[in-house]
Amino acid sequence: MSVKTTQKMAKAALWTAGFCTVAVLSLIIGYVMLEGIPHVNWQFLTMKPKKMGSEGGIFPIIVSTIYFTALTLAIATPIGVGAAIYLTEYTREGKITKIIRFGTEALAGIPSIVFGLFGFAFFVIALEPITRGWSLLSGALTGATMILPTLIRTSEEAIKTVPVSYREGSLALGATKWQTICRVVLPSALPGIVTGVILSIGRVVGETAALMLTLGGSMRMPGSIFDSARTMSMHLYLVALEVGTKPALDKAFATATVLILTIFIINTTANWLMKNFIS
Amino acid sequence: MNYKTKEKIYEKILLASAFISVITILLIGGFVFKEGAPLIAKVGLVKFLFGTQWSPTSGEYGIFPMILGTFAVTLGALVMGVPLGVSTAIFLAEFAPPRVNRIVRPAVELLAGIPSVVYGLFGMVIVNDVIMYVERTYLAGILRPEYQRGYSVLSASIILAIMILPTVINISEDAIRSVPREYKEASLALGATEWQTIYKVLIPAASSGIIAAVVLGMGRAIGETMAVIMVAGNTVAVPDSIFAPVRTLTGNIAIEMGYASGDHVRALFATGIVLFVMIMLLNSVATFIAKKGVSRS
Repeated sequence: MSVKTTQKMAKAALWTAGFCTVAVLSLIIGYVMLEGIPHVNWQFLTMKPKKMGSEGGIFPIIVSTIYFTALTLAIATPIGVGAAIYLTEYTREGKITKIIRFGTEALAGIPSIVFGLFGFAFFVIALEPITRGWSLLSGALTGATMILPTLIRTSEEAIKTVPVSYREGSLALGATKWQTICRVVLPSALPGIVTGVILSIGRVVGETAALMLTLGGSMRMPGSIFDSARTMSMHLYLVALEVGTKPALDKAFATATVLILTIFIINTTANWLMKNFIS
Repeated sequence: MNYKTKEKIYEKILLASAFISVITILLIGGFVFKEGAPLIAKVGLVKFLFGTQWSPTSGEYGIFPMILGTFAVTLGALVMGVPLGVSTAIFLAEFAPPRVNRIVRPAVELLAGIPSVVYGLFGMVIVNDVIMYVERTYLAGILRPEYQRGYSVLSASIILAIMILPTVINISEDAIRSVPREYKEASLALGATEWQTIYKVLIPAASSGIIAAVVLGMGRAIGETMAVIMVAGNTVAVPDSIFAPVRTLTGNIAIEMGYASGDHVRALFATGIVLFVMIMLLNSVATFIAKKGVSRS
């Protein structure tokens, strides 16, 4: 076989690979949406689930998902941004940063079911007087530990892109380090930090395994952060696998459609932010 | 309070938040080991790891079928996912015109963002149906009846292969793009074709990054839970065929944690220890390989 033929064949094969990747995605999204869209309607979005979720809608579950996401971000964002500020503004690369980086990287690799075991043993059982066992709070604390690595990494990158001259200008005007960070560095890094937060929302909304062991799984409308709840991902799983009848599967596909649309909106927003505010 | 004291306090607060991830990883390790280790001690490490009987009601805790199950589906995922992922990465880095890139890249991002339960749902309805059809139409005479339900090593591998694609693609693409331009230019200037350049220059130069991508993809496959539960069938048995229903380590925990009590819970935590150790080892290998690549180039 001549060199030229090999080149042509290789090129064709690589084009095919790229095409296959897109085709797989289109197949999954296309199929799930085709099955789901006919069952997504106003009633589905605004009614309570009935008969274990095989009838009715998912309104309380949407509300729980929003509560859960907000609570998780409220816990994780200050810690993640604080850690990123410390790593970029207060230390040089050394022993301490090495330990912190090791911790963050290790955390990023842990499977979510292991986070679930930890959350169950620590937040649900050991801290029961505070978290009331299986609750939105226990789930959010577990979720917060899971998104911490992403938050730290994206915030660090955002803070690093702020030019040193900004800091020098602020310090030269007599501002303290903390004032410089709060009024100069963080505002300039904000779009990058927000992008990181939005990407974390995606992770939180899609998470299931860890929540199965910490969130409780109630279908009712949550009254407070101490109530048991379930997110849309959890609902999809519980309805599809533990009910599993044809109407339940329809509801599962409808929930999956809502989930995919949510993720799509999140990704698009993050991309838009990156394109328009971060050079 | 003067501003110097305040500055000191702020610094301490920030230091504390930076250490939370370190504290968390220690807590995770600590809690999972504390809950699981007593059971391993009671059963015996060898019997726990290599025992083939898992029946919590009679106090038998051997996770060998689940360890093999995890390896089987992970291997299957790598066999299918790595060639496709690495080829797509090469395509994106070397061949794709900007217009195509603008379609493929968001597609990969979306693929990474889709919740695992959605993959699971797709697998359980479509992939399993296709496999069941094949099993019943072409292999009905060869396979045992319980191997003809679609739930299998094969379907779990297919779904996992799709799920590890983004990891493999992104990290290998970065590795290929970070190969110095001069390497490629020199090769092309010597009269090599594009493919020869890719095959003989780019891939070898990017190999440590590509291997790191594979190892991280492997970590993702081992750790995946929900999608696997939904397609694998979850039978506790050593898988002896790609059509065998199978249970993984992650699946074992997720399925039984809901109703377990006493020693059974401890056994599931002990399963968690095995997972934790496996993932920590894998990640160390990935970091080591990635570092070696950086220092060499």
